[in-house]
Amino acid sequence: MRADTPPKPVGHALPHESAALHVSGAAHYLDDLPELAGTLHAAIGQAPCAHGRLRALQLDAVRAAPGVRAVLTAVDIPGDNNCGPILHDDPLLAADEVQFYGQPLFVVAADSREQARQAVRLAQIDIEPLPALLDIDSAVAAESWVLPPFEMQRGEVDAAFAAAPHRLSGQARVGGQEHFYLEGQISYAQPGDDDSLHVWCSTQHPSEMQQLIAHALGWRAHQITVSCRRMGGAFGGKESQSAQWACLAALLAVRTGRPVKLRLDRDEDMSATGKRHGFQYQWQAAFADDGRLAGLKLEMASHCGFSADLSGPVNDRAICHLDNAYYLDALALRSLRCKTHTVSNTAFRGFGGPQGMFLIETVLDDIARHLQLDPLAVRQANFYDSEPGGARSVTHYGMPVTDNIAPALVAELAARCQYAQRRQAIAEFNAASPTLKRGLALTPVKFGISFNATHFNQAGALVHVYTDGTVLASHGGTEMGQGLYTKIRQIVAGEFGLPLADVRLAATDTSRVSNTSATAASSGTDLNGKAAQAACQQIKARLAALMVELAGGGSADAVRFADGQVRLADFSLPFAELAMRAYRARVQLWDSGFYRTPDIHFDPVSKLGRPFYYFAYGAAACEVAIDTLTGESRVLRADLLHDVGQSINPALDIGQIEGGFVQGMGWLTSEELYWRADGKLMTHAPSTYKIPTAADVPAVFNVALYANANREDSIHRSKAVGEPPFMLALAVFFALRDAVAAALPAGAPVQLDAPATPEAIVCALRAGSGACAG
Amino acid sequence: MIERPIQFYFRGGLRQIAGPSPTRTVLQYLREDLRQTGSKEGCAEGDCGACTVVLGELDADGSLRLRAVNACIQFLPALDGKALFTVEDLADADGLHPLQQALIDHHGAQCGFCTPGFAMSLFARYHSQPDCPNRAELEDCLSGNLCRCTGYRPILDAAQAAWQAPRRQWDSAPVAAALRQLAALPPLHYRAADGGESFSPRSLAELAALRQQHPAARLVAGGTDVGLWVTKQGRVLDSLIQLGAVTELKQIAEVDGQLEIGAAAPLHDAFAALSQWTPHWAELARRFASTPVKHAGTLGGNIANGSPIGDSMPALIALGATLRLQRGDVCRELALEDFYLAYQRTALAEGEFVRAVRVPRPLGEFRAYKVAKRHDQDISAVAAGMQVHTNAAGQVSLARLAYGGMAATPRRAEQAEAALLGAPWSAASVRAAMAALEGDFQPLSDARARADYRRHVAAQLLWRFWLDSQGQAGHRLDALAPISLEGC
Repeated sequence: MRADTPPKPVGHALPHESAALHVSGAAHYLDDLPELAGTLHAAIGQAPCAHGRLRALQLDAVRAAPGVRAVLTAVDIPGDNNCGPILHDDPLLAADEVQFYGQPLFVVAADSREQARQAVRLAQIDIEPLPALLDIDSAVAAESWVLPPFEMQRGEVDAAFAAAPHRLSGQARVGGQEHFYLEGQISYAQPGDDDSLHVWCSTQHPSEMQQLIAHALGWRAHQITVSCRRMGGAFGGKESQSAQWACLAALLAVRTGRPVKLRLDRDEDMSATGKRHGFQYQWQAAFADDGRLAGLKLEMASHCGFSADLSGPVNDRAICHLDNAYYLDALALRSLRCKTHTVSNTAFRGFGGPQGMFLIETVLDDIARHLQLDPLAVRQANFYDSEPGGARSVTHYGMPVTDNIAPALVAELAARCQYAQRRQAIAEFNAASPTLKRGLALTPVKFGISFNATHFNQAGALVHVYTDGTVLASHGGTEMGQGLYTKIRQIVAGEFGLPLADVRLAATDTSRVSNTSATAASSGTDLNGKAAQAACQQIKARLAALMVELAGGGSADAVRFADGQVRLADFSLPFAELAMRAYRARVQLWDSGFYRTPDIHFDPVSKLGRPFYYFAYGAAACEVAIDTLTGESRVLRADLLHDVGQSINPALDIGQIEGGFVQGMGWLTSEELYWRADGKLMTHAPSTYKIPTAADVPAVFNVALYANANREDSIHRSKAVGEPPFMLALAVFFALRDAVAAALPAGAPVQLDAPATPEAIVCALRAGSGACAG
Repeated sequence: MIERPIQFYFRGGLRQIAGPSPTRTVLQYLREDLRQTGSKEGCAEGDCGACTVVLGELDADGSLRLRAVNACIQFLPALDGKALFTVEDLADADGLHPLQQALIDHHGAQCGFCTPGFAMSLFARYHSQPDCPNRAELEDCLSGNLCRCTGYRPILDAAQAAWQAPRRQWDSAPVAAALRQLAALPPLHYRAADGGESFSPRSLAELAALRQQHPAARLVAGGTDVGLWVTKQGRVLDSLIQLGAVTELKQIAEVDGQLEIGAAAPLHDAFAALSQWTPHWAELARRFASTPVKHAGTLGGNIANGSPIGDSMPALIALGATLRLQRGDVCRELALEDFYLAYQRTALAEGEFVRAVRVPRPLGEFRAYKVAKRHDQDISAVAAGMQVHTNAAGQVSLARLAYGGMAATPRRAEQAEAALLGAPWSAASVRAAMAALEGDFQPLSDARARADYRRHVAAQLLWRFWLDSQGQAGHRLDALAPISLEGC
């Protein structure tokens, strides 16, 4: 697919719009904003048990502690004691029942943060303990759900199993993941006059913060403004999880009449905010001699925690991605959403997609080992048809796959990285190496772009042109480091033909653009870019009409905005001069833009429809090695090839690809969540929870963009890039599986749990010895 | 000692601190008191590096030495007599520092929150090492900086590009002059408005006297552990004795055929000496903590806080290290393995302190191993130090196998050692010792590893030691490169 060349600087590898501020320490994150006089600082008091009835909360000593100005418990909340984004099951402060270790019970505001934190320690908390469900197994046994189980059937599953020459079953599990955004959760609430409140919040979802704060206060939306200029990382962890802290800061600010800042300590953040859902799977597959699936039966259970939060949509996306790039002819699925007495799990880059893909890749990998075929060949045998309308081109949720580039992309990567030759060389190495074993895997990614919930797929923008020709653009998306503001700036500058320096982005603010969706589902640029473009085009249309007037004739369609000039045939004006003339001629120089993704629909009950506007594709080939003595591993080489459509900014897109891959690698290798028997999260800080460091990045790391303009009319024919590359890291895990397999008898099943810590790898190597339990 | 304010060099001049608690951190001071917000708080425990700043000190030869440290766990008295640099210092009249420009050009920042810390770790290195570090050196340099956005590749590329760009000259003479001026001040006795106090003695005699006068005072060397007592546990420490200014405690020298390392020598310096002294120490040194923690933390601190998972002790016990303990002017020596009585309880008497550790040269084959979930800057699941010496008959005449993470204290594996002593150094003997090791430890399950894995790995490390002792290649992961197709 070819598309027209977009206007510069669209398509250019420009630095992040805040890069110079980032490297100078001059970029203001929320905690860096100048503090208003009288600002109070808040701290939370957390429950010291996983499940119980709150008998007494003795806070007199807390109230009497130096500097303390206010202490709130559940009974002090004038409106809704809830921050659940969908269901009403997420208390801001636990009222009677404690539902997880670390759940907030009260909140303190004091003159300093140190005073607030010291005061919290003086609470006397009396909880009658109740039995706690801490993991998926115990929740399944107790049939404990946050949402009812969902079942889906496609095709004649039993017939497929009866007819197929091979059958195999297995189980797998993958752990959760802490976001570990470097900037922790923070909100700063500033009371205004006439019962109004301005809340700065590190959030991906200002509009939802506005609504939930209003509900907590018993106020109405127009009394509250929420702003966010930038976040120090988010990854889904500031979509719904920022609400509790925004609401608590707001409640304290209204109670005291003073500005209140609530910044969580890292340990509090990790113990009190949700994470990626861990999943467990039981599956049975029927397949042909070449490994092509005939039927799949699957039970997929997710660790949701104590409340629903976003677990419904996360599990729906897992369902919509358990095909990855493969056609599923016959499928029987049961999806369990397990309620446990742990923190409520939430959005995290990929939003269930990685967990869905993990399953199908496991199934195909096991089939390949069972048949003693190359896993890549089995994967390729299962691809959707390349051409639309083929027999194998409709997903199990009813969406035709019309843009399938996975076969071609995978073939290109396999050739580039010399997959077949290296596989042979690795087999030879392994045969001669008793202690170290290498593994190689090449896995594809196909990821659906759009929110499953159709109504979220809308965005607004507000663009001002000032009389000196400078432009200030606002939109509903938030900047978390992904470069959304940079891309919007490029799009707006491209529309007006202006240098970047003439275009600035304003902080995202609910009083500029209202009723926005979360910046999530990789959709930030797709939605907000189109909305910003629409706003620009409306302004340009008026300016073009004025140009026709000024030029004394010609067609408005022939007006061109480029290089800081506006031209109509031989007549041209500097953009700034045209802006001033427009002002004097009483031509509106600002406008809003709106965008709704076309052609999508999804039935949330049947889970059928066309939820996605298009798919983003990619593939990764990874080479790893393991030490069979200790289970330690290293990623030696990674080759990534990824489809971003026609890139708006290749540098930012490659940054997303590499960063997503390394984050996914962490999820599948070193990042392990560990709860003590009493439900306390023991991996509550970077001392115990290990995200990748510079030394973990493969020494050979080849990353390339796949040339392919989006077939759909997306903004400048680009594709979304935030989430899809995360799942490229599956190649690391399946390479580790390959290395483990090399140490086991040929064809032996590999039972490797994720994350593949040294311990998990040793367990897989010792499987059958009965040495590893749980 | 005379009371005086904390004095240090900052932003081109001398600055004083009087009033704040002695356990106020450098980061709190920067961000809250001075509103210099370039340095960020990411974890408040010295693990993420968003707060990284650089301290300048005069070397013995009078030159300025720069070291990156974690501002979030450094207490204010640690600044006394030093120069403090933060990200706001990097740009000058010529514009951004080459490191900053390279980070922009190579897209080394996404959310940007960790970026000032990366810049500062690199800044300390840039002005300490004119030659461009190789990739492994850069990874070491950045082992204490976490980034969750970029995947690190652009940061590593940016660093190399910065060294290759025209070099930024930096005249450190005014800083050195200021530090010399500060060195003329009397030793620091700091008293805060809340009554908290901190002493920074400069001689062993002063320290010994203070230790006896203030037995309840907390000794602080690098603060990389004590810092967390305050930032994470909210503990109030009224009285501190800082060890960082005691000259004798930082000395490293050969004494009576042994390497004597002063208790307050930074880990970085101690490990450099040990790597010279003992073959195969360097591997442990690389993986031990992060660069900022190695700059601030001390070997004496690692030993004295008595953690069951300190990484240096198994290796030192395997080498037969002894401690020099001092109380008043009385010194005694104690084998390191006898120092640990129970979980976080040591043989230190009231008023006593660790003065130095003495390390003999290994007689035989020595190795130190560390197994953790992550390669760099992680706490061990199991750490091991092993030394075996064989006599002329090929029999094991010395066996010191010490483990961390396997018990409440670092400890020797007596049954495994017994299985080896007198036996030929052979695969069969090692297998027997691996079996005997089963009886040596009853490890715990925790967030780092389950008990069963710990037991398994403890034995497998003995097997690795055997392979290493045979000079066999091809069993060490760190040495592996991606498969090459040359010749195919």
